[in-house]
Amino acid sequence: MAVTSIGARVVRKEDHRFITGKGQYTDDINRPGQAHAVFVRSPHAAATIRRIDTSAARSMPGVVAILTGEDLAADKIGGLICGWMIHSKDGSPMKAGAHPALAHGKVRYVGDHVAVVIAETVLQAKDAAEAVVVDYAVEKPVVDVASALAKGAPAVHAEAPDNRVFSWHLGDKAATDAAFAKARHVTALDIVNNRLIPNAMEPRAAVGDYDSGNDAFTLYTTSQNPHVARLVLSAFIGVAPEHKLRVIAPDVGGGFGSKIFIYAEETVCVWAAKKVGRPVKWTSDRTEAFLSDAHGRDHVTRAEMALDENGRILALRVNTKANLGAYLSTFASSVPTYLYAPLLSGQYDIPAIYAEVDGVYTHTAPVDAYRGAGRPEATFVVERLVEVAAREIGMDPARFRARNYIRKFPHQTPVIMAYDAGDYDASLKKALELADYKGFGRRKREAARRGKLRGIGFSSYIEACGIAPSAAVGSLGAGVGLWESAEVRVNPIGTVEVLTGSHSHGQGHETTFAQLVSDRLGIPIENVSIVHGDTDKVQMGMGTYGSRSGAVGMSAIAKALDKVIAKGKKVAAHVLEAAEGDIEFKDGKFSVAGTDRSAGFGDIALQAYIAHKFNGQELEPGLKEGAFYDPTNFTFPAGVHICELEVDPQTGDVTIEKWTAVDDFGVIINPLIVEGQVHGGIAQGVGQALHEGAVYDPATGQLVTASYMDYRMPRAEDLPSFVVDTTVTPCPSNPLGIKGCGEAGAIAAPAAVVNALTNAVGHEDVPMPATPQAMWRACRKAAQPLAAE
Amino acid sequence: MTTVTLTVNGQSVTQAIDPRTLLVQLLRENLRLTGTHVGCDTSQCGACVVHVNGVSVKSCTMLAAQCEGASVTTIEGIAQGGQLHPMQEAFREHHGLQCGYCTPGMIMSAIDIVNRKGTALDEETVRHELEGNICRCTGYHNIVKAVIAGAEAMAGGMRQAAE
Repeated sequence: MAVTSIGARVVRKEDHRFITGKGQYTDDINRPGQAHAVFVRSPHAAATIRRIDTSAARSMPGVVAILTGEDLAADKIGGLICGWMIHSKDGSPMKAGAHPALAHGKVRYVGDHVAVVIAETVLQAKDAAEAVVVDYAVEKPVVDVASALAKGAPAVHAEAPDNRVFSWHLGDKAATDAAFAKARHVTALDIVNNRLIPNAMEPRAAVGDYDSGNDAFTLYTTSQNPHVARLVLSAFIGVAPEHKLRVIAPDVGGGFGSKIFIYAEETVCVWAAKKVGRPVKWTSDRTEAFLSDAHGRDHVTRAEMALDENGRILALRVNTKANLGAYLSTFASSVPTYLYAPLLSGQYDIPAIYAEVDGVYTHTAPVDAYRGAGRPEATFVVERLVEVAAREIGMDPARFRARNYIRKFPHQTPVIMAYDAGDYDASLKKALELADYKGFGRRKREAARRGKLRGIGFSSYIEACGIAPSAAVGSLGAGVGLWESAEVRVNPIGTVEVLTGSHSHGQGHETTFAQLVSDRLGIPIENVSIVHGDTDKVQMGMGTYGSRSGAVGMSAIAKALDKVIAKGKKVAAHVLEAAEGDIEFKDGKFSVAGTDRSAGFGDIALQAYIAHKFNGQELEPGLKEGAFYDPTNFTFPAGVHICELEVDPQTGDVTIEKWTAVDDFGVIINPLIVEGQVHGGIAQGVGQALHEGAVYDPATGQLVTASYMDYRMPRAEDLPSFVVDTTVTPCPSNPLGIKGCGEAGAIAAPAAVVNALTNAVGHEDVPMPATPQAMWRACRKAAQPLAAE
Repeated sequence: MTTVTLTVNGQSVTQAIDPRTLLVQLLRENLRLTGTHVGCDTSQCGACVVHVNGVSVKSCTMLAAQCEGASVTTIEGIAQGGQLHPMQEAFREHHGLQCGYCTPGMIMSAIDIVNRKGTALDEETVRHELEGNICRCTGYHNIVKAVIAGAEAMAGGMRQAAE
């Protein structure tokens, strides 16, 4: 059993249970005596509820209870919250309407929660839900930002009469306008960042349980951050005080942001468990997931880039309308503001940037963070502008990017961020070589001979991860701090449990975190267990999103490990009869400097617990240390992705021929896992660019893409094998040098695909998703390069 | 209620069920074999794939009552005597899973691909044959590698059995 170091391609410890069918997801949990919840959901996008008649449904077989918003209100259960305050340009706070877990008088999107039916079986609950009669006065919906902002549009909430939740800005308008005034060339684009539905493969689920003997609740839920769920359910929604509410997020089948948020369903299940005196279980079906999981993206943007005569970027001006849906989800307001505009500098030295963002209510599902959250939208704006600007001034797009790269660090952008480290030229150079950029012209001509349009596109992205320094995010409106906690418990025989506030829902923390412990303590990785996802075990934590678990979560573990080693040295000093200052710890051994006297980590752990060799009044027995780590800065992963593809002008079909990714994630703990994260991110980004798009019918507000028959998920045949490589500039802002890797692919990919598509067809009018139909149209519009050759 | 008798992972079981009960519901709720997952409601995602009489089936699309007398194998039933199936090993070795939710269906489909297409699989074939299984985490890159490697390992197992 060897020590397993940082940087090793360790096969995952957690896999055994998943490949043998022994994973335990929320829907696999059943409590004795449990009843099943099914939600009555609004079939209308906008309506007033005149009456809810449950009389027929109540007498159906197996029905335990039918509860509505009135019951919630009677029990003083508060509404769902948005935890990030945004102030408009004029200083006024954002205009947020109430978000009850079950509707009060109004429904605001198709799928909005009207009532819950609780019955002995799921089928009985579904039957009874069909029998609940709701009398709706149907109203006209607005589903996109243009119609929501039109004069005379119906207000989704009375609190925001013109549907503007906020009208926010960032940057120096005067400096930006001045730069545009003296520009030699201005590139302008109208950009739609298509609305996406996250679609983690495990649908959301919740089991609420109430122990009347102890007046205590337990909630099993599909959460990326169980402690945040407990905090919100307790302090804001008021289900139970924190010490009486245990939240368990067991194995979670993917999140991608959609399981950060505190939703109506888990609120209702945990509350109803006490109300009906039985455990209450709800599992989403896929249609419900489409309707009610928070969606992502959905921006409409006008963006302009000013250049000087040498092809240097002078300024960027961006106006974005962000669809926030019908209610503000948990972090909805932060996504199109502070997670978006501060990334508009990209990898480029841009002296002036000004961004205006309007957050807009519509009669659609709430929109919140989805893999990348604001950063993919920013990258798409910047990388489309850069590509088009290069084409317009007749410069090679790779050369244009390099001309504008930031090369001195730290670099303060005009939009908050201080980039700490990077080497953008190194990533570009490596990517150009791996992609054989020089050979592209030959491949394009060869494709043309076969009647195909071949294109190549770059995305030279940056992201802000390792979210985030608490004081900094607090000053920007966050309601929470974004540190992380860890506790390292050393057992008397030297095995270790690490309790972490991070949560793994596919990221492989049980392996990478154990690698860190193995590396630092010099013990076999088999001797390390990672504990997460249970508020009764882990005291507090902020969870996993924003590529923060490596940079922030593991830094907390590293800090706790330092304390364990320091305490171990004190114990070792007594055991080895030497001065504490003479004790060294290396390769799993405490030794006295300059001698051959030493003791293994396990021996010292045992001595710490039996406490025979030291005075327990002067040195506490035991070996257990905790730490909270608050990062000093965001981290800035960056890289270059190159997409090469072919379009069949006869059918509009797109084939990705080659994908090259060169990413700088700083120090990498486990390359096997990091590569997997990149692969998955690229697939989601390609999905956005080519396949996926949520469509609401503008007249009725119906979601017409509410199943896998209608919403096109990327499948194995849609993707190539990827060429993935890295460059490394260690992150100076955390003790491990980690930058984070979870979102990079999803951030980088859409721009690379669209830049390749537009390169292939020879014009810029290509929408996302670039479906075969859209590409067929784009090919018709193109000046036919085939004929010209 | 109706009664159905079938063999699941080699064990004979008889259950009284609501006639609407799907095979996946019988497996998950009656037999507590929760390794088989439900990821959609339109037979698209493949998280629920099991083998019925040796052929892959989306268990969300088959009534339990249709399985009268059938032999069903789930992800819990493919390891033999504590020895993982070569396809299970291949998924672990090649990091063919992240969140693990689609994994049981992927592995059951992969074994079925080998049964139908043989053990010498190329990337194009595997990608085409995985049409009925959706993964949101891996971008399929490592799943494809795992299926090809698992198929090769199954060939090794078959050779050994033949010798």
